[in-house]
Amino acid sequence: MWDKSVFDMLVVGMGETLYMTLVSTLFAYAIGLPLGIVLVMCAKDGIHPCTWLYKTLDIIVNIVRSIPFLILLIAVMPFTRQVVGTTIGPTATIVPLVLASAPFIARLVESSMVEVDKGVIEAAQSMGASSGQIIFKVMLPEAKPSLIVGSAIAVTTILSYSAMAGICGGGGLGDIAIRYGYYRYQTNIMMLTLVLLVVVVQIFQEVGFRAATRGDRRKS
Amino acid sequence: MSSDSIIQIQSLEKTFQSKSGTVQALKDINLEIRRGEIFGIIGMSGAGKSTLVRCINLLERPTAGRVLFDGMDMTQLGGAQLRRVRQSMGMIFQQFNLLMQRTAESNIRFPLEITGVSKRKAKARAEELLELVGLSDKADAYPSQLSGGQKQRVAIARALAPNPKVLLCDEATSALDPTTTASILALLKDINRRLGITIVVITHQMSVIEEICNRVAIIDSSRIAEIGDVEDIFFHPKTAAAQKLVYPEGRHSETFSARDSAPCCRIVFDGNSSFEPVIAGMVLECKAPVNIMYADTKDIDGKAYGQIVVQMPKEEAVREKMLHYLKLRGLNFEEVSGDVG
Repeated sequence: MWDKSVFDMLVVGMGETLYMTLVSTLFAYAIGLPLGIVLVMCAKDGIHPCTWLYKTLDIIVNIVRSIPFLILLIAVMPFTRQVVGTTIGPTATIVPLVLASAPFIARLVESSMVEVDKGVIEAAQSMGASSGQIIFKVMLPEAKPSLIVGSAIAVTTILSYSAMAGICGGGGLGDIAIRYGYYRYQTNIMMLTLVLLVVVVQIFQEVGFRAATRGDRRKS
Repeated sequence: MSSDSIIQIQSLEKTFQSKSGTVQALKDINLEIRRGEIFGIIGMSGAGKSTLVRCINLLERPTAGRVLFDGMDMTQLGGAQLRRVRQSMGMIFQQFNLLMQRTAESNIRFPLEITGVSKRKAKARAEELLELVGLSDKADAYPSQLSGGQKQRVAIARALAPNPKVLLCDEATSALDPTTTASILALLKDINRRLGITIVVITHQMSVIEEICNRVAIIDSSRIAEIGDVEDIFFHPKTAAAQKLVYPEGRHSETFSARDSAPCCRIVFDGNSSFEPVIAGMVLECKAPVNIMYADTKDIDGKAYGQIVVQMPKEEAVREKMLHYLKLRGLNFEEVSGDVG
């Protein structure tokens, strides 16, 4: 079984997994990062308290996060078809991946940003900084190490979600593991995809944590 | 009110809404801070002094009353105007509040960056200020690499960067050890003298007030209890709140007299008497011992400053003699009995 076709299949699978994970992460951050910032700003002790907006977003985030990914994947299929024209393959998987992980990322961003010392924000306000300056020049830079760690967590979560999409022909390593390991009892190929997945997750985490530690000036 | 005042606070009130009801943090505060002076605001923790200083630059919005800065009513300003005015009011904090991910030099540049000063100009200004606070060699250090005193120096430099008219200090030395406190206070005094910046000092330590302030307001349970020149309040505290702060270690006068009913006497050295052994002289002259309960005096240019609390003999006649002795030496003293305050 160790012929070229298996090897090629794994290479393609790996490529699809990375494609789904990274593109989804990118889009999910495009939605989740601003959403997280708005949550932090609008919170009761934020720099622009706005209870109704906070409550609304908070509920939406909680609802989406409560839906198991596999169910969400199936539930949004009509929407997925409208956006990309199909419901199978890696590109189609990106749609539910983004929808599922954007609220999760919003929470990660929110928790990183609320960690920023209130005193530092107050100091910036005392200097006449505007809300935009407080976000972009104080909160985001001060929270940077924590945001990077958060992004490593986000990438690995999205990667594991992407494997679930294999059930519905989503492509990638998860798809291969399900087809060979579950439908055809070819455990050895499944184990191989498992090893590959573990290696990829480890690489993402290691890179994330190292970048965060190296960039953190709180430790001298 | 006189025209040389830079900050006027008129009938200021501040209430906070909490779940258990409203809390009145400040009641009917009236203050006038003169241009170029070092003004102290002292009170026990929870008295409302931190809220008061935040009402000056409107980090806290007063519930009622006016805050005039250079004749302009701060409470009437809109967002953008308020931000611009805040640039002429620097502020430093107990916890320094430096940006941890920026170097010392970059922290000092921060307030200039937000006002759109060019990077080259900001850099030059930061270098100048680092030199002023004596940290030229620490320009590239991150706050985590600096000691508490150095962090506060960076914070002072940062607050001074936009050339403010006023510097607000919120418990700026409370997190520092005594030696570092002294050096930071000396720096503030120097800044006040050299740059003519008005400084408002919030503290719970009378020693800080004595060290650098010209005038002081004592704030007690949300109100101003007493206000005046530091010497006046130090030598003749009128209200209970003032006495509590001025008397050694904040101890109540009762603790001195309660022991075995022998009254205590608080002798104040205001620099009028030369540094001669007053207590020893008094004991020799009256041939009766006294018990020194507390002493905190220092010799500045051969003059004595500070206070001593002694427990007097029980005999009325000897006590009279002793008080007479003190009077002859031109010393300020007062008998401290349990019913004061």
